[in-house]
Amino acid sequence: MTELYISPEFEVIRNTNRCIACRVCERQCANEVHSYDSDAKAMICDESKCVNCKRCVSLCPTHALKIVKNDDRLRENANWQDDTIKEIFKQANTGGVLLSSMGNPKPFPVYWDKILINASQVTNPPIDPLREPMETRVFLGKKPERTERDGEGNIKTELTPQLELAVPIMFSAMSYGSISYNAHKSLAIAAKELGIFYNTGEGGLHEDFYCYGENTIVQVASGRFGVHEEYLNTGAAIEIKMGQGAKPGIGGHLPGAKIVGDVSKTRMIPEGSDAISPAPHHDIYSIEDLRQLVYSLKEATQYKKPVIVKVAAVHNIAAIASGVARSGADIIAIDGFRGGTGAAPTRIRDNVGIPIELALAAVDQRLREEGIRNNVSLVVGGSIRSASDVVKAIALGADACYIATAAVLALGCHLCRTCQTGKCNWGIATQRPELVKRLNPEIGSERLINLITAWRHEIKELMGGMGINSVEALRGNRLMLRGVGLTGKELEILGISHAGE
Amino acid sequence: MKRVFVNEEWCLGCHLCEYNCAYANSGITNMVKALKGKDIFPRIRVDGEDKITYAVSCRHCSNPICINSCISGALHFEDGVVRIDKTKCVGCLACILVCPFGAIVQDAEGAVNKCELCSNNSCGSPACVSGCPNRAIVFEERCEK
Amino acid sequence: MKKEGQIRIPSGCAISAVISRDGNRMTGEKIIKSMLPMHDRSNGLGGGFAAYGIYPEYRDFYAFHVFFNGKAVKEECEVLLKDRFEVVKAETVPIYKIPEITDVPLIYRYFVTPLHSVLERLQIDENEYVARSVMYINTHIDGAYVFSSGKNMGTFKAVGFPEDVGRFYKLEEYEGYAWTAHGRYPTNTPGWWGGAHPFALLDYSVVHNGEISSYDANRRIAEMYGYKCTLQTDTEVITYIADYLLRKQKLTLEETASVIAAPFWSTIESKPQNEAKVLEYLRKVYSGMLITGPFSIVLGFTGGIMALNDRLKLRSMVVGEKDDMVYIASEEAAIRIMEPDAENIRYPRGGEPVIVKVKEGVIL
Repeated sequence: MTELYISPEFEVIRNTNRCIACRVCERQCANEVHSYDSDAKAMICDESKCVNCKRCVSLCPTHALKIVKNDDRLRENANWQDDTIKEIFKQANTGGVLLSSMGNPKPFPVYWDKILINASQVTNPPIDPLREPMETRVFLGKKPERTERDGEGNIKTELTPQLELAVPIMFSAMSYGSISYNAHKSLAIAAKELGIFYNTGEGGLHEDFYCYGENTIVQVASGRFGVHEEYLNTGAAIEIKMGQGAKPGIGGHLPGAKIVGDVSKTRMIPEGSDAISPAPHHDIYSIEDLRQLVYSLKEATQYKKPVIVKVAAVHNIAAIASGVARSGADIIAIDGFRGGTGAAPTRIRDNVGIPIELALAAVDQRLREEGIRNNVSLVVGGSIRSASDVVKAIALGADACYIATAAVLALGCHLCRTCQTGKCNWGIATQRPELVKRLNPEIGSERLINLITAWRHEIKELMGGMGINSVEALRGNRLMLRGVGLTGKELEILGISHAGE
Repeated sequence: MKRVFVNEEWCLGCHLCEYNCAYANSGITNMVKALKGKDIFPRIRVDGEDKITYAVSCRHCSNPICINSCISGALHFEDGVVRIDKTKCVGCLACILVCPFGAIVQDAEGAVNKCELCSNNSCGSPACVSGCPNRAIVFEERCEK
Repeated sequence: MKKEGQIRIPSGCAISAVISRDGNRMTGEKIIKSMLPMHDRSNGLGGGFAAYGIYPEYRDFYAFHVFFNGKAVKEECEVLLKDRFEVVKAETVPIYKIPEITDVPLIYRYFVTPLHSVLERLQIDENEYVARSVMYINTHIDGAYVFSSGKNMGTFKAVGFPEDVGRFYKLEEYEGYAWTAHGRYPTNTPGWWGGAHPFALLDYSVVHNGEISSYDANRRIAEMYGYKCTLQTDTEVITYIADYLLRKQKLTLEETASVIAAPFWSTIESKPQNEAKVLEYLRKVYSGMLITGPFSIVLGFTGGIMALNDRLKLRSMVVGEKDDMVYIASEEAAIRIMEPDAENIRYPRGGEPVIVKVKEGVIL
């Protein structure tokens, strides 16, 4: 039997009354959906190739296009839904593991949307951020247990290395390779301008971006791609990637098609070879091994850089975080199961890990119960979508948030979730030069700066409403949160009361 | 004096500038009505193929040989902009021949057509610039070389 | 309805304080009077006082003031006290029966000292031992509540207007070199005496007017360091933070004020480098103890008091003085009634601590 036909997921609707046949859609579609029929003097399309990235829709000067879900449906079945059946067809056709990109799209509960924020009324005043100072600066890193003084009674003010953030948001790891040179450049420029940090991911740091080192977190992952002494010393902090929310338990995947030119040079691997990071770090099979790597990296950088340990939110995350907090790490980054990725096996992305809201609440509470919350700072990611998510995360106990999906959205991503093909029409998740150039970093960085600036304003407004004028007074302030429509167990884990209580 | 410049590095070759130009100079307020089913004669053209593309339009040279070559006085300087008075153009196409940038074109009526920085239409500033999706075309002051 | 401690009840308030820098002792009459012009700042649901220097004959012993709901719990608690401490005196706290104060619990006073054998076994100092014992009683013995536990000081509090509470406790019969007072305006009916202020732990006592917005951030940090916030009041957590910073971290009063009401980063940046470094250090290290939202507090301790406003000064607080006396209150009227000729009336800026200590050499 030959391959089973799977009807296209999308339908391209062209309003021929509006179409002026300028062929922008054709030129901008790397998937080659559109073409021009010179006999008919009209545009035609092959919908089977469409990924619904909206590049053509966005650039069409007469707004003649829309992409809709193909309403050709299999017979309705609540158990065997269309997607499930089509995935079976695909696997039967190819014999392969299904690959996906970006975060888990399944309808799991989004706890952020079931948490509401407080505001001051009568008994204490809200604070107006336009008229009063409102502080968003945070420092990430270990805080000492005891204040020491010198012989003259002066406080010894030297601290272990800290990261100073003007606003408690950072761009989380996206490797050069999984995303383009111009995407990296946009992130680097924006991080510098905003006084925050971006993260190299596991692909090394392109030599052009060493100048942004003060705003760069350099990652060390299980494949050790692009890791060398100068790399480590160039970054402001070093992140050991133990896991990723989108694919806990497996390493990074970068198809050989994306390992070209500078990507191969930066990763220090041959062109065209698949970059498959091992699932574990092969020098870390246990927590005591992690401690050795943490200190090896600190030795290599003369104890000048804070070390971040990034873990995926999995079932026993509280115990894991407690172990990490005692490993010498300065910062723990936890990535929730809705976190994005450039490529992950679909089954893993959609079924492994736990929501970041619950992981964060459990970890923060556990570290406090053990009296070691100040040993480390907590950074959370895995679908932080807005300023209110940031505020809720901080109130649950985070020191700062990592964002990546929101950042690539700002760069133009339309979440078509086909990064793994390397044909990103927005110039983000691609290495094809004619596509990479579609992202002008001047525009990209501006849009990122706009986004974070807007979020900062919103964070200030929300804090002011609560009568809080500095972000440290929000951290772990769970009384400022209430749940709606949550079970007693969920509220207990989140450590918050139900609305009305 | 501000001029239209093209950063070839960022030109996507999408040709939107050509359509925006044709629309801006059509005098019609609806793009579909202005351009649908018509041949367009934009004053900016995207050259190159595939990997390297760049848009070309009049440089408004400080010593323009097109004006020097114009036999009817249709091309002239006005406020630093090389303008065309179509009523005077006799269609000899000498300007097209001499322009080293290939920035002058012929329109449907046979007269020549060229960029006047949208100063003579309702846009106010160059439509190719505002419509460029990747900021490859910019309108700015640069030092004369 | 939930009892205070099971639910957080915000309050508005009046505070007042007086101290003699020469260490001269005065009765409680003056401080009671100071609360009269601020009557409307309370609503009869809580009043209280802290007095320093009132038990000179027992100055080496911790004075525990305890509320009991009944005889049985009293006996249970006394067993525990005797197990952990040498109790040199146990007595009821003398009161007047007055119609304004109702639902009176059993109120007892114990002068105690920790058993040395126990201290040695636990390898902790005496203060830590007492603090842990107090918190143990307050969280484990239902119906018993230690509301005062310092040496040569005591707090007196009840549900009622402060002036009535003062009369109820016969404060005219006590003499102290420093007094603080509190009138409460809770937005809920707590109906429980433990929730009235001052709140005290060891010899630290706090009276507070305000509603802090950082409460839960502060509470969760304090609880990490072993404090149990049983009342869920601002005053309680502020006292714990003061105790942590002053006693455990050995910060100075000024440094403590710079943590609680930290200067803005922009202010820190404008300071000379050495000072800026210390302020930056304090903000970074004790960030969870920054208190935001309105507050004016008077912290009492052996030998002095410290008054402090939140960094935006969202609550009124006035300071005045006359000779060796210093007066602090929510309103100037309260100062004038204590000392009509008070001088140097001033309104400290937000975050600017006013520290008044009994001069050195005076035996307290």
